[in-house]
Amino acid sequence: MKWIWIAIIVAATTAGEVMQAKGMRHHGEIRDFRPTALGRAMAVLAQNRFVIGSVVAMAVSFFAYMGLLTIADLSFAVPATAVTYVLETVLARYVLKEQVNWLRWAGASLVIFGVALVSL
Amino acid sequence: MSSESARLRIKTWICATVVVLSNVFGNFFMKRGMPPELPNPLAYITVLFQPWVALGVSLLILWMLSRMALLSWADLSYVLPVTSIGYVLVALCGRILLNEQITSKRWAGIVLIVAGVALVSGGSAPQTAGPKSRDGEGEAVSAVGAGQ
Repeated sequence: MKWIWIAIIVAATTAGEVMQAKGMRHHGEIRDFRPTALGRAMAVLAQNRFVIGSVVAMAVSFFAYMGLLTIADLSFAVPATAVTYVLETVLARYVLKEQVNWLRWAGASLVIFGVALVSL
Repeated sequence: MSSESARLRIKTWICATVVVLSNVFGNFFMKRGMPPELPNPLAYITVLFQPWVALGVSLLILWMLSRMALLSWADLSYVLPVTSIGYVLVALCGRILLNEQITSKRWAGIVLIVAGVALVSGGSAPQTAGPKSRDGEGEAVSAVGAGQ
């Protein structure tokens, strides 16, 4: 059962975070952090289809995560969902067209091995 | 140009700190407030009003908003490894707050994560794809300094 939860969480998190990155990059850098300006930015973002899609996907991921936490420890739940790092870095390169240089690949690889070690 | 990249770097560090801390403590309070089981779909909603869970959820909302702000200028392939320092904080929280043991294997994992974070955050600018602009055309691929 817990592997079904993890499959749902990984798929929803990956889709949600890539859409979030795409939507936010399309919006452009947030420079004004005063409350009224943030409110205006949120009103604009609420109409961005990538941002809407990401919120839906991350809500799915959130409730699946709650389901997982009732049957598994945090020290299992957090690392087991770390496989999203691999998927998202690949998608960042090919879908978001980011320049993932060798330092970033190396860093992401170290993080993945590190997360695996912390969880075992 | 160098003051622009310095500005972006400082802003990135401040925002990434908020992202990491809100995530770590959000998850911690969620787990603390979670009942042993959620018997029916309604329980998934009512548990949100349990105080520790409510605090956790508030922090996770802050996490989501601060992460959105961070991603409005920084690459996903930069944000992912850099914010993974949260895993180290989770382990240290377990050690300090819950008195959990950190085995040598875990310490090795922590060292690898910290090395990965240092490599990405020290070795590349937060932003490679898209111009540093306000015009919302950030998707356009341009050759803004990758690497050091």
